[in-house]
Amino acid sequence: MRTMMLSLVKRRGSFGERAAIVALIAALCIMVLLPLITLFSKAFEGKTGEFTGLANFARYFQSPALLQSLWHTAFISVGTACISVCLAFVFAYALTRTGIKGKLIFKTIALLPLFAPTMLHGIGLTYLFGNQGLITNGFFGALPFEWHIELYGPIGIMMAEVMYTFPQAYLILAVSLAFADYNLYEAATTMGASKRRIFFTVTVPNIKYGLISAIFVCFTLAFTDFGAPQVVGGNYSVLATEIYKQVIGQQNMGMGATVGIILILPAVLAFTVDRIVSRKQNAISSRALPYRIQTSRLRDGLFLACCLVLSALIGIVILTVIGASLIKIWPYNLSLSFVHYDFTKVAGGSIQPFWTSLRMSAWTAGIGTIVTFLGAYLIEKTRSMKMLRQAGYFLSILPLALPGLVIGLSYIFFFNERSNPLHGIYGTIWILVLANIAHFYAVSFVTATSALKKLDKEIERASDAMGVPQYKTLLRVTLPLCLPAVLEMAMYLFINSMVTVSAVMFLYAADLKLASVSVVNMDDAGDVASAAAMSVLIMMTNVMVRLVYEAIAHFVKTKTGAWQTRNS
Amino acid sequence: MKKWMGTALTTALVISALTACGTSNNDANTNSAQAANGNKPATEAAANSEITVYTALEDDQIGAYLASFKEQYPNIKVNIVRDSTGIITAKLLAEKDNPVADVVWGTAATSLLVLDQNGMLEGYSPKGIENVLPEFKDTGEPAHWVGIDAWETAFAVNTAELKKKNLPIPQSYEDLTKPEYKGLVVMPNPAASGTGFLTVSGLEQLMGDAKAWDYLDKLDKNIAVYTQSGSKPAKLAGTGEYPIGVSFGYRAIEEKKSGAPIEVVFPKEGSGWDVEANALMKKDNIKPEAKEFLDWAISAEPMKEYNKNYAIISIKNEGASIPEGYKADPMSQLIKIDLNKAAASREATLAEWTKRYEAKSEPKE
Repeated sequence: MRTMMLSLVKRRGSFGERAAIVALIAALCIMVLLPLITLFSKAFEGKTGEFTGLANFARYFQSPALLQSLWHTAFISVGTACISVCLAFVFAYALTRTGIKGKLIFKTIALLPLFAPTMLHGIGLTYLFGNQGLITNGFFGALPFEWHIELYGPIGIMMAEVMYTFPQAYLILAVSLAFADYNLYEAATTMGASKRRIFFTVTVPNIKYGLISAIFVCFTLAFTDFGAPQVVGGNYSVLATEIYKQVIGQQNMGMGATVGIILILPAVLAFTVDRIVSRKQNAISSRALPYRIQTSRLRDGLFLACCLVLSALIGIVILTVIGASLIKIWPYNLSLSFVHYDFTKVAGGSIQPFWTSLRMSAWTAGIGTIVTFLGAYLIEKTRSMKMLRQAGYFLSILPLALPGLVIGLSYIFFFNERSNPLHGIYGTIWILVLANIAHFYAVSFVTATSALKKLDKEIERASDAMGVPQYKTLLRVTLPLCLPAVLEMAMYLFINSMVTVSAVMFLYAADLKLASVSVVNMDDAGDVASAAAMSVLIMMTNVMVRLVYEAIAHFVKTKTGAWQTRNS
Repeated sequence: MKKWMGTALTTALVISALTACGTSNNDANTNSAQAANGNKPATEAAANSEITVYTALEDDQIGAYLASFKEQYPNIKVNIVRDSTGIITAKLLAEKDNPVADVVWGTAATSLLVLDQNGMLEGYSPKGIENVLPEFKDTGEPAHWVGIDAWETAFAVNTAELKKKNLPIPQSYEDLTKPEYKGLVVMPNPAASGTGFLTVSGLEQLMGDAKAWDYLDKLDKNIAVYTQSGSKPAKLAGTGEYPIGVSFGYRAIEEKKSGAPIEVVFPKEGSGWDVEANALMKKDNIKPEAKEFLDWAISAEPMKEYNKNYAIISIKNEGASIPEGYKADPMSQLIKIDLNKAAASREATLAEWTKRYEAKSEPKE
């Protein structure tokens, strides 16, 4: 009797489960796969839509200028990933495994670049190192020295990209470093292993997955970023600006699609490597103990110095942008004024894009968090339809390899087709929301997945054995345990929707211009001070959202996170 | 004013006579008559309708331009999509199968000609088209595009920065290639910017292809950066980031007015130019409001506004004011250009330009 009931429950559960998995795959197909296929088919078309086979690719590889941008992009991305992950590791280690003071302040500063569009970093560097920059001309000649670096080009792009990817790498590494099984450290110490040995045999292997995923994320972000090269790239062409030029300047959609595909390829490669490595990653045992920080003044001193330098660098760039947005005519009239915050006279037209961005980001955060978490849950915690779930996993991670420009372009091709039943969302705010969810799906999916992975499979097995329906376990156990991750996802989606340019660039409708797009337009038109002002507005908003998040997260943690802290 | 109406009436009569010979177009006739009668707006149009207008006009101009439309057609909501010439054209092409725009307003004629080659424009001769000079409109009937004004190449030169470097102000295209200006000159990329394209195609028609590319090769040695926007070189000159910007008249003058140490230079050899023009998009349900907008866009009120910013507008109006900063005889500044020829060779020109200068930043070459 008892066994019969158990199997009944199981079967009932798996029907709903199956339906949900199929629905998820269908949604992912519409969101990611079908637009991508449309894009691929466009790459084989000429200007008037005729089939041209590999002509676009042949033209690409015969054009030295186009090919050159590929090498440029590879150089920038590898450089950025190396520098950024190294710096972020030191920073994350300092904040999770040392006893330095002022961690909250450091963390706040480190995350600031995340809250601003990448154009802001570029603009900041322009005001510091440009031909009229503060550092270039020694604070308007007030300082005895001048320091001229070749900003416009690879140096400027890499500086801006490091600033852009640093907090992302930091976040990933901090999460990895925060979860350690102290049993291992205790065991290693007991066995007499040196600090160095522990570092390389316990710490590094433990965060291997985080480390590789940080490198991967930085590489891809730098590879596909459009904002920074747009502002400080000068004539140094990278793939992202190349797509923009092909589509926008030369009105060549077929070639845009072609460059788009080439833009995807290396990211797909990185992605494959990541998959292979992550398969070897084990879940942390349910009996793990949290890490305990030992006291060491020398270690703390060194790390404090590193943190101070890194925070100062970030702080200076951001303060410069805020300052520049308030100066009347840089560098000829240095009186303070709010004139650049009046957007009626510059590209963008008004403050309206800012409100539209807020609306779009709120929807993206709301809908995106629910969809992503459910998606991650279905793939991670159910047991039926293994093949489909693997396909789903692939589709969920795939957006990581898809630059926003590619998503934007493919959405035009896919949703602007009149025969598409979803054509109705074209030109509305919903296509922007959908594009953003697709664009940021992978990272929030990974956040959800790794939170879910940390939960022992025994939780499901236990409730299964007790005959509790799976949705109840999800709502009562899994979700509350993952609440910090869920909040983080919502915040991540909101903030990124506020700052993103590339995906929405091709998609916004007449009355739905976005703040970030208007930053690009203003900078493009040379209204750099107004572009700075709008970036500052975006950043301030995101900082505020982050503060609200912190408050809620703090509340949640004190309420539900007790199990994660060790009473010692 | 009387004189203007007289001219308008005569043109109207001539055109009516001409059209009467071909497929008699009664609509055009009545339209012309109305236009001559002082252009009474038909405000009783459908209530609360909406049109989407794509434009490459400057942001700081659109508000002032639209004021009289809002007054005359309070029930029509106008959604403006504004971007630089290249972007607007690209958007329109991307949406070819499913156009979002009802009307294109104030966008380079050479770009509209590209759209027309793709069969994307619907012929419509707005009321008052007979007032528009033939070189500023499609002379077909009905017209596929109608111009509102012309804009031309001008240099924005930062006098403060040049003084620091002890350099004279360049007065001609030839001057720009002098070695002392190396790394100080910025110009827009013609593939993205309407101003960039009209400058390059102007040089082609001025010097002939071979000599023009020869010149651009020499100029390329002095160029610090090619921008995506035609306004940006003037603004970069304004902040002194790069002291010499190849831009267009209006933007250079505005930059000077904003207080930056700028001198506006119209090159001695003459300026390349293009027409900012309007067109009706071909789509399933063409809204009557779109046609009303096009009628309004070449009527007296907005023309007066265009004229505040541009010295050359598309209608004949003697005694028109020349805005501050322009030359007394702006037409004489223009190079003789065949817009159809410029549009036809657009792709070839851009391909050649890209081949030559796109990879310029690479140190190896």
